[in-house]
Amino acid sequence: MKKFFDPLITAWVGVTTHKLRSFLTTLGIVIGITSVITLMSVGRGTTAQVLSNIESIGADLISIRAGSFSFGGVRGGTAQTLTQEDADTIALQVPYITAVASTFSSTLQLVVGGENMNSQVTGVTPAYQQVQKLEMTSGAFFTEYDYQRAASVVVLGSNVVETLFGDIDPVGQQIRMGRGIVRVIGVLESKGFSMMGSVDDAILIPLTALQLAVAQTRTNQGERVVSTIVLTVSDEEQAEFVVDEITVLLRDRHRLGPGVDDDFSIISTQEIASTISEVTGTMTLLLGAIAAISLLVGGIGVMNIMLVSVLERTREIGIRKALGARESDIWSQFLIEAALLTLTGGIIGVILGWGASLLISRYAGLTTVVSADIVVLAVSVSVGIGLFFGFYPAWSASRLNPIDALRSE
Amino acid sequence: MIKLQDITKVYPMGKRELTVLNGVNINIDQGELVAIMGPSGSGKSTILNLIGCLDVPTSGSYFLEDNEVSRLSSKELARIRGQKIGFIFQTFNLLPRITALANVEMGMRYVGKRDRQRALEALDRVGLSDRAGHRPTELSGGEMQRVAIARALVKSPPLLLADEPTGNLDSQSGAEIISMLQSLHAEQGITLIMITHDTNIAHQCQRIIHLKDGQVVREEKV
Repeated sequence: MKKFFDPLITAWVGVTTHKLRSFLTTLGIVIGITSVITLMSVGRGTTAQVLSNIESIGADLISIRAGSFSFGGVRGGTAQTLTQEDADTIALQVPYITAVASTFSSTLQLVVGGENMNSQVTGVTPAYQQVQKLEMTSGAFFTEYDYQRAASVVVLGSNVVETLFGDIDPVGQQIRMGRGIVRVIGVLESKGFSMMGSVDDAILIPLTALQLAVAQTRTNQGERVVSTIVLTVSDEEQAEFVVDEITVLLRDRHRLGPGVDDDFSIISTQEIASTISEVTGTMTLLLGAIAAISLLVGGIGVMNIMLVSVLERTREIGIRKALGARESDIWSQFLIEAALLTLTGGIIGVILGWGASLLISRYAGLTTVVSADIVVLAVSVSVGIGLFFGFYPAWSASRLNPIDALRSE
Repeated sequence: MIKLQDITKVYPMGKRELTVLNGVNINIDQGELVAIMGPSGSGKSTILNLIGCLDVPTSGSYFLEDNEVSRLSSKELARIRGQKIGFIFQTFNLLPRITALANVEMGMRYVGKRDRQRALEALDRVGLSDRAGHRPTELSGGEMQRVAIARALVKSPPLLLADEPTGNLDSQSGAEIISMLQSLHAEQGITLIMITHDTNIAHQCQRIIHLKDGQVVREEKV
């Protein structure tokens, strides 16, 4: 044990002899590690935040829109290519699907008391609640029965309730919608963000009711036009397969020959999530790389000081050699000293970086994640820097001629 | 114990070469007390460095206890320095930032021994046990040299080399150091080789080797 601790103690004495110098040398590493930890934690935190948002929408969600994005800027919404029959066929024929809902939107005038507004009203099938994982804060979603009889009922998002009713519980209240009257039967729980536009702004009525309110559009084949079809899969891993199956099915139903572009577009949250995590991952890496440059500069500082230290202690090296120190003894002494400097810097950097990311999450509202792997990486990188940049000074110390070293002043 | 045969040492000095030792032959027996004298530049220190395995000769052979050491690697030379040789320098060469005791312990460090008790005993033998916790800067010249002697002796080497051990001391402490070295030689049978300018000190040794221009010019028995 003594054999193991001796060089450590020697190195410690070496480091503490010049306290200010050691502190300044360490500072370079401290700044480097602090910035690596802070930036990586912000990057990782942002990624985690975005992914958890997506998770709240549902990673199992697939949505199909009419129209194609590849028509050089033509908006998909105006195309009338998706139908209720498409949705029914998908539900019947594509595996791994747990629920399918279709929607059709139209802008209608709403009147409540003195309030009057034009809003986008979305007609949906009852499965929409399950597909979008909608929770109710009061009342209930409409039922299959409501859907079948095209009941004049409406479910509202929280923002809509606030605009139209203020603080009053709207369930049971009536709204004039277009030429008819609808009764509020439920309020949706706020979700903040959604792939299909914010749930909080939603005004949902049975699709059948909307088709009564506005003229029912039909295709040339007599199928009922819808604007989107949304569905969930039982296994997220199969999302890509399901997307492919639907594509084949819809192309067949829409009689699209080979070489003709799709007249619909499909996105899965799975796909969005992987794109986003790829982008944020690259961003995090970039931030880390920028911080790593300051580590490099810190490492060069360590090398500089170690070279000065070797020069200063030439005589000490000579004495040690006269007392029987081998080259490896001298070499390891200086190497341990360099590693000790950078290890200390690394540990301080981790603590400061951790503190900085806590402050950032508290006062800047960004989510930060300091994970064990970054800490371990940062500490080992700092030791690695000490070993790497200490190598040359240590080697040159070990190669000193003992006679010249003893004679030096 | 020590046998130098036709030792030469040449240092490159730019384009020319400087011959410091030119065919030196010296034999020293176990337990001898030898002084080396000579004007500056005569090669005294070079001889001592070669004997102390701090340097290797350009040509010739050096036998230490019947082992030829003149062709050994730096690692093996370090091992011999650690185990067999104690150095005492004119400038003491103590490490300034550690205590006297730690300096003495340093003498055993690279031999793989580590024994605080032994270091304390060595300090006691040079009469400095009450100064164990002091740093060299807090000691007088004579005390520093006694710490250096303790450091050289702590590993019980068979050979002690002293390069002008009294050169930086006043005559009083110089005399103390010499008598201490003499009694160590007498009591422990240690082989002691000492460079000195002082004829009085040289005459307290058993043999004096006179060097001039890199050659042994005269040996006298005292």
